[in-house]
Amino acid sequence: MEEHNKESSHHIIDYGTYVFVWLLLVGLTSLTVTIAGINLGDYTLVVAMFIALIKASLVIAIFMHIKVEEPIFKVFIAIILITLLVIFILTFADYSFR
Amino acid sequence: MVSNNSSHTTHRHRDDVGAKLGMWLFLFTELLLFGGMFLAYAVYRMKYPQQFHLSAMEMNTTIGTINTIILLTSSLTMVLSIAAIQKKNKFLSIIFLVSTLILGVLFLINKYFEWGHEISKGIYPGSEVLLSKDNGEILYFGLYYAMTGLHGLHVIIGMIVLLFMLVFIINDNIKWDDYVKLENSGLYWHLVDIIWIFLFPLFYLIQ
Repeated sequence: MEEHNKESSHHIIDYGTYVFVWLLLVGLTSLTVTIAGINLGDYTLVVAMFIALIKASLVIAIFMHIKVEEPIFKVFIAIILITLLVIFILTFADYSFR
Repeated sequence: MVSNNSSHTTHRHRDDVGAKLGMWLFLFTELLLFGGMFLAYAVYRMKYPQQFHLSAMEMNTTIGTINTIILLTSSLTMVLSIAAIQKKNKFLSIIFLVSTLILGVLFLINKYFEWGHEISKGIYPGSEVLLSKDNGEILYFGLYYAMTGLHGLHVIIGMIVLLFMLVFIINDNIKWDDYVKLENSGLYWHLVDIIWIFLFPLFYLIQ
């Protein structure tokens, strides 16, 4: 499935894998639309964001090749995600106690 | 692989991993740009939950869902275009890249009708109809136009970049053993897709 070219460190993923991931993404989209029609009260947003996170992770891992890319890319992404998380937490910590 | 010899003899400096790391750093700045807007959305949604709910009822979920599927599919054709060039299939790569561009156009056409529908109802930033509503609704539609507008702008920029890549593939500037430009453009296109993945439930699926 994956072929490694040492010189340029490029990986080749099969067409089938991409199509499979696309099917998953479309399936998750229908799921999130269906769930939005059901009244889950306060959990609606949590469930919608959870599904969106799964979809984004699929795109990053497979379509953006992070799964087969060198580890340094994962470190980069972890740093930016933690930065964003800290910004959100600090803002809400400030906002909630006004 | 066979190509290694030729790349040594030409002595061309090339660092694909470095190029991709640079692209990712740029994507992070984009993420912070949109992150700030998502943060504003989160705070105002907490402050005006009812009005956000009420405003979201105005949204056309069907168009939103169709546009989500269109962007997801365009991400697929984008990555297939890269896979095709890796497998030395220039023709297929061009076909997939053109499909990506067509899907981008379809997304924008939908967006045009969607915005047109809202504007025809008199709902646009600064309009009398909107200003007569509650604060929360004004904020919802302000964020809606700003965030989907900035996202739409990114779709347009992405399409311009992909158009250049199309020319590069046609005149063999992008080849099976040198396609980091196409990969980086793909990364940009996928980021635009990821942002839409979050915009869609936040603006269209509030119950």
